[in-house]
Parts: sequence; structure tokens; C-alpha cells
Amino acid sequence: MKIRVIEEKCTGHARCYGLAPDLFSVDDYGLSSVVGDGTVPPELEDKARLAIANCPEYAIEEVTD
Amino acid sequence: MPDVRPVEHWDSDFDVLSPAYVNDPFSIWDDLRTACPVAHTDRRGSTWLPTTYKDVVALAHDIDHFSSLDITVIPFDGEEPEEPVLPYGVPPISVDPPMHTWTRRLLLPWFSHRKVDSYEAMTRDLCARLIDGFVADGRADAAADYAQQIPVRVIASILGVPESLSDTFTGWVRAVLEFADDMEVRREGTIALIEYFVSEVERRKTEPGDDLLSALLQTEMDGQPLEDAVVLGVAALTLIAGVDTTWSAIGSSLWHLATHPDDAKTLATDPEAMPLAIEELLRAYSPVTMARVVTSDLEFEGCPMHAGDKVLMNFPAANRDPDAFEHPDTIILDRAHNRHVAFGSGIHRCAGSNLARMELRVAIEEWLKRIPEFRIEEGAEVTWAGGQVRGPRRVPVVFP
Repeated sequence: MKIRVIEEKCTGHARCYGLAPDLFSVDDYGLSSVVGDGTVPPELEDKARLAIANCPEYAIEEVTD
Repeated sequence: MPDVRPVEHWDSDFDVLSPAYVNDPFSIWDDLRTACPVAHTDRRGSTWLPTTYKDVVALAHDIDHFSSLDITVIPFDGEEPEEPVLPYGVPPISVDPPMHTWTRRLLLPWFSHRKVDSYEAMTRDLCARLIDGFVADGRADAAADYAQQIPVRVIASILGVPESLSDTFTGWVRAVLEFADDMEVRREGTIALIEYFVSEVERRKTEPGDDLLSALLQTEMDGQPLEDAVVLGVAALTLIAGVDTTWSAIGSSLWHLATHPDDAKTLATDPEAMPLAIEELLRAYSPVTMARVVTSDLEFEGCPMHAGDKVLMNFPAANRDPDAFEHPDTIILDRAHNRHVAFGSGIHRCAGSNLARMELRVAIEEWLKRIPEFRIEEGAEVTWAGGQVRGPRRVPVVFP
């Protein structure tokens, strides 16, 4: 599983970081980005889905390619 | 008290200050969502009230047609001074881009995760001391004695208000916020706060400290120091936006736990339940309704809106919309799909959301650590305040 943060949509709610701090980092302005290239270790996939389902701006998505 | 006539027609003559709305807005929103999802009133000016998640979010994102130049849900009906002390209001919440963008960037680092972590120990200590004050009594007012005492003291410390002035300062802020429906009390509190901050701004120009006010005064924009009015406005915002909002969330959450002992038990025994539970409590008891001003005549969801009309950003109703949340009126502590907008949506997302979350979590953790079982005192009345911010004013509890 691989995820990404859509930069233009993120307004810094930081819900993703709160629920899955191993997968996201937030800067001083609250904007989120994925850790590394967004590849999710299998044991954190549930957390990744939780982050996606809790973002009020629909700013996180699974990358499928 | 403002004149509040009873409401007969919620779709065309609503009043958010009506006791019926303050005590139970949930059933009113439910009715409106099916009958008239964007309600209207002419009380205190032409004002619209959306009730669905989809509409509230759409309005919050359309900053060109819905401006933040007036965000007050209940308009100030006193006389405006000729030269206002805060010509920009309280940026960034009260302005649109471009001013919104740069003032918000000044404020955000003070409420980043990293910074908020550094306020946690102080908040925990404050909560513990408040509980020390009443735990032996076997009873307390979870709102007035606890919730309402926490955020103002945390913000005061961020602003660099000395500990010795903490009680006085809390009194001023409560006068402005807790008694906001009494114009005279509100006016006196406002004047005391403005005079205090005006004199502090002067003092800190020569004696800066390690606080938000001093940092703002040392900030330059295009080689020029910020205008005092901007510094004062941003400082005032932290109080207006960071105090009764958070104390309402803490108070509502403790009220919920007092009336739902199973949920209190879950949180008292399982710390891992806390992150999702905090979000669920924020969703279900979202305290804050903001407003926007319509910038030009337009039609929204079939409603003819005119320039100058107000639109209430009904985030609390959005968070109870059955189209966005399964069983919205049931509090499910481990709710997994929860895109709640308690902190707003779009570019005006609450700048202090990290701080508010930390305060809410720490306040509940410390309470449950000392008082795991508690309930509403028999015969005692729980009272709610509403308008811009909804939360309990009194939550008398016993913990025998």
C-alpha cells in the first residue's frame, strides 16, 4: 500500500498525524506530508486507512499504479 | 439579555439564542435537514443557517462569495467607536486573503504540534491543581470549577501574562465570553482587556519576553515592524477563539461522561481509546458556529442570498448530518470514519486546533485519573450557553 497527501487540499487539521504519527509528518504550519515515499508497512495499513477516512479535506489518498 | 421571542417557524424565523435551540439544537437541525436545509431569519439582520455537511463545507470553501470580514454570529449592537482599536478585527480569522495568509503564518507556529507538546506539562499541572481544590468535597461543578478554568490560563501563559495576574485576567475574559449576552458586562471586560494589552504592547517593545506578544512585536513585514493594531488583533484572537471554545468542548465532554458511565469507564481504563474518542466528542459536541458575509447577490441551493447577508457556518449541525455520519446522534467512541469539521474546513481551519485537542485530552485524562466515576448531582440543573459557542455553563457532579 502506498499513500500520498494532496498538498493543495491539506489545510492542516493534522488528523492524520494524530492517528498515524509513523506515516505522516506535519510542519510548523500544520501541513502534512507522508513519511518517506508513502509506502505503508503492512502492519500500519489499518492506520493508513484510518487516516484517509478521517481527513476532513479529503486530502489523503491511496496511490494505485 | 437580547430580546428573544419564541420561535414558531424554524425555517423562516430561526433564532440561535432561543432557549429551545441552545438546549437542544439537534432535533431542530434534523427537522430542517428534511424540510428546509438552509433556513433563514431576519432577526438581527438577514441571516442564513445551513444544516447539512455538504452545504457547510461548500460555503466554507467558497471564500470569494462568503467573506470572513464579519464572523460574529450575534452582532454587536453597541455603538462602534469612530476610530476602532482593532481596525482589522482579530486576524487571521476576521480577514480574507491576502492579509489572512500572512497573519495566519505568523500565528500557526505557536500552535504547531511541537510547540503544543511543550505546553502539555503545564496544562497537566494546572488540571491537577484544579482537581486538588475540590476532589475531597465529593462534588464539583465540572464546567465552572474545572473546564472554564483551564484554557484561559494556558493562553495567558502563551501570551506572557504573569501568573500573579492569572485570576484577574481570567475574570476579564469570562466577562467577555461567559457573559456575552450582557452588553454592559461584556463592554467592561473588553475595555479592561484592551487597556491591558495596549499597555503590554508598549512595555514589551522595550522589555521583550519569550511569548507570542513579544514575538509578534519583533516580526517585520517588508522591512517594517507590524502595526500595533495587527499585534493587538492577533493577541485578542487567541483569547476570543481559544478560551470558551475549548472550555465548552471540555465541559460537554465531561457532561457526556457523567451521563454515560460506560464511556467514562472505557476511557478511564483504556488510554489507547483516547485519540479516536476525543475526535468523536469533538464531532458530537462541536461548540463553534462561525459566520460569513455574502459578498454579492447570488443563489445558493435555491436560496436567494444578498450582498451583506450573514451565513452561519453551522459546523455543529454538519457533524450531526446522517448523510455524512452513520448514527450521528449516537456517540461511538471508536468511530472509525469521522471527517468531522469541529475546527472548520478550508483556509480558516482553526489555527489552535492542536492546542484545543491537547487541552481536551489532558483535561479528561487528569479528571478520570482522580475521578473515574461521577454522575450529575440529583436535582441539580445542568445549564447550557449558546450562540457563537455552545457549551455547558454548569455541570454539577458528585463522586461519592
